[in-house]
Amino acid sequence: MNPASPPSVPTEPSSQTPEHSRSLPVSASSFAAVVPPSPAKIVVENLSLFYSEKQALHDVSMDISEKRVTALIGPSGCGKSTLLRCFNRMNDLVEGVRTDGRILLGDANVFDPAMDVIELRRRVGMVFQKSNPFPKSIYENVAYGLRIAGEKSKARLDEVVEHSLRGAALWEEVKDRLNDSALGLSGGQQQRLCIARAIAVEPDVILMDEPCSALDPIATAKVEELIHDLKAKYTIVIVTHNMQQAARVSDRTAFFYLGRLVEYTDTRTIFMNPSKPQTEAYISGRFG
Amino acid sequence: MNAPTQQSSSAVARLGQYFKRGDSLLWLSGGALALAVLLITGLLVLVFTSGFTFFWPFRVATAERVDAPPVMGVVTNRQEQRLGADGQVVKTAQTQFKTGNRDVYGFDFLWVKKEELGGISYDPETVVLEREEYGDFHGFLAAIEHKGQVVARDAAAWEAFDGHRREMRRLAVRAKEIQREDIGEVNLQIQRAKLRLRGAQLKSADGSVPPELQAEVDAKLASLEKEYDVLRLEAEALMARSREYAALMRTVDSQERRIPLASVVRAWKPNSMGLGAKLAHYASRAAEFVHGEPRESNTEGGVFPAIFGTVMMTIIMSIVVTPLGVIAAFYLREYARQGPVVRIVRIAINNLAGVPSIVFGVFGLGFFVYFIGGGIDRMFFPESLPNPTFGTGGILWASLTLALLTVPVVIVATEESIAAVPRGVREGSLALGASKFQTICNVVLPASVPGILTGVILAMARGAGEVAPLMITGVVKLAPELPLDGHFPFFHLDRKFMHLGFHIYDVGFQSPNIEAAKPMVFTTTLLLIAIVVLLNLFAIRIRDRIRRKYQTGAF
Repeated sequence: MNPASPPSVPTEPSSQTPEHSRSLPVSASSFAAVVPPSPAKIVVENLSLFYSEKQALHDVSMDISEKRVTALIGPSGCGKSTLLRCFNRMNDLVEGVRTDGRILLGDANVFDPAMDVIELRRRVGMVFQKSNPFPKSIYENVAYGLRIAGEKSKARLDEVVEHSLRGAALWEEVKDRLNDSALGLSGGQQQRLCIARAIAVEPDVILMDEPCSALDPIATAKVEELIHDLKAKYTIVIVTHNMQQAARVSDRTAFFYLGRLVEYTDTRTIFMNPSKPQTEAYISGRFG
Repeated sequence: MNAPTQQSSSAVARLGQYFKRGDSLLWLSGGALALAVLLITGLLVLVFTSGFTFFWPFRVATAERVDAPPVMGVVTNRQEQRLGADGQVVKTAQTQFKTGNRDVYGFDFLWVKKEELGGISYDPETVVLEREEYGDFHGFLAAIEHKGQVVARDAAAWEAFDGHRREMRRLAVRAKEIQREDIGEVNLQIQRAKLRLRGAQLKSADGSVPPELQAEVDAKLASLEKEYDVLRLEAEALMARSREYAALMRTVDSQERRIPLASVVRAWKPNSMGLGAKLAHYASRAAEFVHGEPRESNTEGGVFPAIFGTVMMTIIMSIVVTPLGVIAAFYLREYARQGPVVRIVRIAINNLAGVPSIVFGVFGLGFFVYFIGGGIDRMFFPESLPNPTFGTGGILWASLTLALLTVPVVIVATEESIAAVPRGVREGSLALGASKFQTICNVVLPASVPGILTGVILAMARGAGEVAPLMITGVVKLAPELPLDGHFPFFHLDRKFMHLGFHIYDVGFQSPNIEAAKPMVFTTTLLLIAIVVLLNLFAIRIRDRIRRKYQTGAF
């Protein structure tokens, strides 16, 4: 996949000297295992997005591979979260948002007015930066998606709750207190509960918006391990500020800067051998 | 630059520092808080001390007077008085006695000047009778009579007094029960039968009644009349029997009075009671106050109908105001397009909370009572017109008026608590494929319940203490029939009711014997405060339980 080449990327003063390459924050051993390429699950075509007058995304085109982890990195305000929230149309909640271009999920355009947003969000789950369990019991949190979809069977709910909690590596920790309030869990547990909640409705894609930014290193490691396991079944798009994390969990990485996609290729390449000077400057920590 | 100016400038600087640090403001706000606490404490102390002594059996003094018959009564007040006669200031003191015996003297209280006052003594044989009419009687028990014949005298009379009194009281109470319950039921049925006839008359084109219905109603009325006569005779017989025993009482100035024992609520010898007996007396009167019926144009007896009316009205009001306010707030916050119109609506709601409550009363009278109530009467109760059923003040209209009065409080509190629900939680729900309505019902509403209940608590506190709008929408001085009783349909929302707030106003300012009723005012105030506090505590308990449930701990 070729990264989209924006017409005019503001350039940072940078020089591609060997020292800078050596100062990259990750070593070769920290990358996720190399996996063969897979067909595209989501295709973004010439997407531009405006918040009222302000343009937040400039003509972004990219493919998201099926059953792979795609990381979106870039400095704050570069549009990576905005792009992520386009995939399940969470931007609809913001007033004055306007989009150009298309996002194809399968054959359907996500922005098509005929698109059933509720159905879309069921297919594209989301995990947020700040864990946001509902003020309900652990069980009810996980069962929520099914309940609102009209699932009544207690046996089926039990099964899905256990399966999802196991899938989120939380079952062993909470199986004896499923009826306790979810707000009594620790931060890391809450975030994994949110992941369990997202996978309970069996989505095709899981979007993660900086899922570990509020977690300590141990909880982060657990969530990252979980992402690694989930990859076998789900297409995952993750926004992160932590470049080691992007290197560890993702198969492909897209670097955004000022609303433009600067570079998009497999993770190892982007970290070890970036082709654009801004990318190199960002991942070597000279700005952002 | 010389020394003094330097000094003064540094003093100015220090003063500036002082104001900058905000110490002055700290003192000011601390002082304001202290003043507020002091005022509230003062109010409570006043109400408590005046309210709690109402039932205490104080000693009854016998006072000799110069050139006048002696007085017997409870010392209630002492006053220093300055009399300016011919420019001369004469100091004098006077003592107030609560003499009772209104039927004998025509007054309850008597001021006695210091010069006229002889010795004060406390005769252990003094008897106080609490009567159904004319207030207390102070004096001595001379004898007990049965159908005019003396059956016991002096000490023996006191021994036998309470036994006979209970027996007579039982008969009188039973007679009253028959009058109110059984005869009331028969009257209700007679009224219903007549209304059926009239209803049929109104329905038919020429105002005639089908003969079979006429015959049926006539038969029913005849049997009811018979029933009524039987009951009336029974009640009269009981009443007559209850009058058989009487107490012959002698006042301190040797006047005699015959008092039927059936009319004596309780009797005691305050000057020879021990502390235990006094406490028992206090408890019995306090209990009667809470669960008894009012007597003597509300200045004696209990206030149970008023308690019942207050609580029931507050509950109906809460049941109406909560859904109304919550739904309005959810529409305003979640669905309405935020813009100038919503802003104006919000300002209007906030201003509504500041409208004088009597204005709501007038609105309730015009809209609920005359318009809606009158409409209901014309549609559903045409047979009882021109007597209104719903077209007059009643507990339903009073509660609705108060609900309208308190709805801004609930709307504002609910809006605040909706706004406090974290955005992340909503987004989490939406991202799982929930619709907006599902998100509101399943996530936002449960999370904002504690805030909503805070609003309801404030509304209840405001509503329970409101009097002015009630006076024109359904509160009356005396409503012996409660809005909830054993007659079908059990809830009588059209009935007028009594209210503690109005009771205070009525007893304190409208009763014929204001001085005697004053302690009752404080006691009722105390009770009103207690009820508002209790209702609030109850609501706060529910709120805390819900809050715990949604935050931590078990479900």
